[in-house]
Amino acid sequence: MQFKSYVMSNAEVSPGYFRMRFTVPAAVVEGSVPGHFLMLRVVDAIDPLLRRPFGIFDVGTCSAVFAESGRTSYGEILYKTVGKGTRLLSTLHQGDVVDLLAPLGRGFDLGAAGEEKLLVGGGIGLAPLYYLAKELTAKGEKVRLFAGGRNRDDILCITEFERLGVETYVSTDDGTLGEQGLVTEVLERHLQSSGKRIFACGPTPMLRAVAVMAKMHRVPCQVSMEAYMACGVGACLGCVLPGANHSPETPDYRCVCKDGPVFDSEELQWS
Amino acid sequence: MQRPDMSVEVAGIKMRNPVMTASGTFGYGAEFAEYMELDSIGALVTKGLSLKPKAGNPTPRIVETPGGMLNAIGLQNVGIDAFITEKLPYLAGVSTPVIANLYGNTLEEYGEVASRLDGLPGVAGIEVNISCPNVKQGGIVFGTDPGCAAEVVSLVRRNTTKPLIVKLSPNVTDVVEMAKSCADAGADALSLINTLTGMAIDLDRRRPVLANITGGLSGPAIKPVALRMVWQTARAVKLPLIGIGGIMNGRDALEFILAGATAVQVGTASFLDPGAAQRIAQEMELYLAEHGIADVKSLIGALEI
Ligand SMILES: Cc1cc2nc3c(=O)[nH]c(=O)nc-3n(C[C@H](O)[C@H](O)[C@H](O)COP(=O)(O)OP(=O)(O)OC[C@H]3O[C@@H](n4cnc5c(N)ncnc54)[C@H](O)[C@@H]3O)c2cc1C
Ligand SMILES: Cc1cc2nc3c(=O)[nH]c(=O)nc-3n(C[C@H](O)[C@H](O)[C@H](O)COP(=O)(O)O)c2cc1C
Ligand code: FES
Repeated sequence: MQFKSYVMSNAEVSPGYFRMRFTVPAAVVEGSVPGHFLMLRVVDAIDPLLRRPFGIFDVGTCSAVFAESGRTSYGEILYKTVGKGTRLLSTLHQGDVVDLLAPLGRGFDLGAAGEEKLLVGGGIGLAPLYYLAKELTAKGEKVRLFAGGRNRDDILCITEFERLGVETYVSTDDGTLGEQGLVTEVLERHLQSSGKRIFACGPTPMLRAVAVMAKMHRVPCQVSMEAYMACGVGACLGCVLPGANHSPETPDYRCVCKDGPVFDSEELQWS
Repeated sequence: MQRPDMSVEVAGIKMRNPVMTASGTFGYGAEFAEYMELDSIGALVTKGLSLKPKAGNPTPRIVETPGGMLNAIGLQNVGIDAFITEKLPYLAGVSTPVIANLYGNTLEEYGEVASRLDGLPGVAGIEVNISCPNVKQGGIVFGTDPGCAAEVVSLVRRNTTKPLIVKLSPNVTDVVEMAKSCADAGADALSLINTLTGMAIDLDRRRPVLANITGGLSGPAIKPVALRMVWQTARAVKLPLIGIGGIMNGRDALEFILAGATAVQVGTASFLDPGAAQRIAQEMELYLAEHGIADVKSLIGALEI
């Protein structure tokens, strides 16, 4: 669905990382599931031209800010400033208007009740996992979060996860927060027994390591992928990734915006 | 005042207004049904179809540039048979004329795809792409050699009774020469332009951004080139023209009409605004109403020099 949205708040939560809350139609709260994403038009100009994709960090309702009475439906994104679009986005204030397409894509399959849910996030990859953790803990599932980053600044919103009752494991490359080392090393220690399911989002090398590990331990694993996008609705075919059996002779491309962004890790090619 | 008459006719295809969607930017139609009334636009052009399904190029396939974007999709499509069985039934429920964009890797393939489309109800016309910068074919680039272009067009002409639109490439020295040779070979209308070959470099990695190295530039950045080519062609060729390139709003579209186009196609704009084609048709109508112009056709080629 396409709609105009008011920015409700937009604040830096860690150096270079922002969290933005904005109004959405109630149908977006009802229609979205964890893993869905949105496409945001930062400015109504030709530079930057294209919309920017962001995972949905959270949706919900809160007491009215702009509505005349009652409650307002909102969405949130957590984003890292990397280039032109996200830097401009970080300058928006309460009351500014953005144009959104949401919810888009295929989200996470929450899996069977009673499995232990292992969430693995690298840096900004934590963004869609909060919404996921919220839904899982609401169902009474046991959720563990493995959060990794280069340094302490990359570890975002951990207290929010903890407030949901999620057990968190933090690791950083430089050891400035949590354990020193890779998030995948910490994860591996928790894969020994069965009845688990992995949900991962982060840089591709991390996802590759998680996918390989999951396969070895026979743990079902879903990954949320990124690709350069233009349309976000399956029309331009710009955002594809090679599927598991892809080769130049037998091509098998999967559309990240329509078939994903969440895939079973075995659906994709990792080499 | 009465509502302005927005209807136009291109190569016998009657359209309720001059706004069409550009091939490759509107999927097979259904992708945008959630965002706009498909029946509100003049015509809908499909993704480029080939004989066999085509996988397209490796990624990254797109990159943004100031005022535009580069793409090297490589004409990924479901192939003509899957189009007929899987995509066309949906389009049959839409009252807007559907134009099938097609291309071939060889001369024969152009003819074969055209003849498969020929008997099909639900296809109002065909648009032949002789201009994609992203596929290489045995040394011949159909769209840059007037002789080759004429060969393709006359072969397709023999294989179809449907209105035949030929889509020209801007990557030529003389677009008018290409236009003339397609007209002589039997085209009913010409659309111009396709994307301009370009490239983007990642300075930090010291590599091209696109896996294909080069790609096709589209969006507002190409509008001046497109307008110039439409204007030059309109003065030299009698066929109806379809203007394409960087059209973002009703005013952009009307500039193409003044330059000599009978209709326009909206491409990249649909990515930023999935309802762009419908909005642009409304903005055109509003401009006409505000200026007391009764019929959009009166603006075709009405540029004052
Ligand atoms: C499904 C999906 C979900 C995402 N979720 C988040 C999120 O929750 N938080 C977050 O911070 N980032 C997220 N990203 C990445 C985010 O879209 C890019 O960081 C952002 O578009 C960069 O824009 P820019 O203008 O700042 O950078 P520029 O470098 O100026 O962007 C230039 C172009 O590249 C594209 N681009 C650049 N980096 C990426 C990337 N990593 N993935 C896709 N396109 C890119 C931009 O959209 C733009 O078209 C997500 C990407 C995808 C595909
Ligand atoms: C992602 C993408 C895919 C395209 N695919 C095709 C195609 O399959 N066949 C074709 O004739 N043109 C194709 N085009 C060219 C467009 O139809 C159009 O000519 C061009 O984008 C210029 O218009 P614009 O500036 O409005 O986008 C494609 C363009 C883009 C951006
Ligand atoms: S972004 Fe256009 S198809 Fe996915």
